[in-house]
Amino acid sequence: MKRFLLPLAVFVVLVGFLGVGLKLDPREVPSPLIGKPAPDFSLPQLHNPEKVFSPKDAVGKVWLLNVWASWCGGCRDEHPVLMRLAQSSQVPLYGMDYKDRRDEALTWLRQWGNPYPVTVMDETGRAGIDYGVYGVPETYVIDKTGVIRYKQIGPLDEETVQGKILPLVQELQQK
Amino acid sequence: MKRLLLVLLLVPWIAAAEETWPSADNARVEARLKALAIELRCLVCQNQTLADSNAPLAEDLRREIRAMIARNMSDKDIIEFLVARYGDFVLYRPPLKATTILLWLGPFVLLAIGGMTFVLALKRRQRKLAAVVLSEEEHDRAAQLLSEGTRRS
Repeated sequence: MKRFLLPLAVFVVLVGFLGVGLKLDPREVPSPLIGKPAPDFSLPQLHNPEKVFSPKDAVGKVWLLNVWASWCGGCRDEHPVLMRLAQSSQVPLYGMDYKDRRDEALTWLRQWGNPYPVTVMDETGRAGIDYGVYGVPETYVIDKTGVIRYKQIGPLDEETVQGKILPLVQELQQK
Repeated sequence: MKRLLLVLLLVPWIAAAEETWPSADNARVEARLKALAIELRCLVCQNQTLADSNAPLAEDLRREIRAMIARNMSDKDIIEFLVARYGDFVLYRPPLKATTILLWLGPFVLLAIGGMTFVLALKRRQRKLAAVVLSEEEHDRAAQLLSEGTRRS
C-alpha cells in the first residue's frame, strides 16, 4: 500500500497543475504596454476623414480605446456591452477601426449602433502594431496622463466592465 | 497542353506575388527577415512562427520587419521593437529572467530527480538480488531446466 503513496502524490500534484493550466487562457498574453504611455497616433476619423484624432486630444481625462472591426465576430458579441457602457456615460469610449473598409465600418455602426463619440481608422494596422493588437476586439484603459492602465484582449462582458473596468476608471478619475 | 502546364506552373508565383516578389535586390532583406522570423512567434496562431504563419497580423509584422531592415536597424533593435509591443511571448527563446527561471531550469531539475530515483531504485534492486542465495539442489534444478531449454530450441 505504502509504495503507491508516492506515485499517487505525484499524480495529484500533476493533476493540480494541469487543472490550473486548463483554466488559463493562452490568448491572454500579459501586455508589456501596461504602465507605459499610450503610443501616439494621428489617424483620420471614420465619420469625418478630414479630421484626425490623436491620444493627445484626450489628455486630462480617463478614457477607453476599443479596437474593433466590422469583420470581427467577437466585436459583435461585445457590442451590446459597449452600448450600455456608452449610455451610462461614465467614461468616454473611443473606437479604433482596425484594418477595415470605411463603408463596411459605417454600415456596421449604422446597423448595430454607435457607442463611440469618435472612431479612428487604422487601415494599415500600423497603429495596431504599436498597441500590440493581435486579437480584435481589444480594449485599453488610459489614464489622465495618457498611460495605459489595463488591457482587455477579446470581447468585454458585463462582468469585466462592472468588476474591473469601471472600478479602475473611478479610481483613476479621482487621482 | 504544354502551354496549360506552363500556366499552371506559374500559379504559385501569382499567389506569392501578393506579399513578396523575390528579386535580386531584396534577397538580402528576405534572408535577414527569414532568420528573424523563425525566432518569432505569431501571436494569432500561437504555435507558428512569424515565418510560417499566414495570419494577416503575421503578414503585417513581416512587412514592418522588412521596413526596419531597409532602414538598416540591427536585429537587436528589431527584436526590441517587437518585445516592447507584444512582450517576451513573441520570442521563441524567452530571456533568462526571474519570471522564466522555472522554465529554463525546471527540466534539468526534473531530470536530476528522475536520475536520482533511477539510481536509488537500481541500488535497492541490487541489494535484494544479493540477498537471494541458491541451495545446491536449486542450482542443479536450474541448470537442468536451462539445458532442457537449449535442447528444445
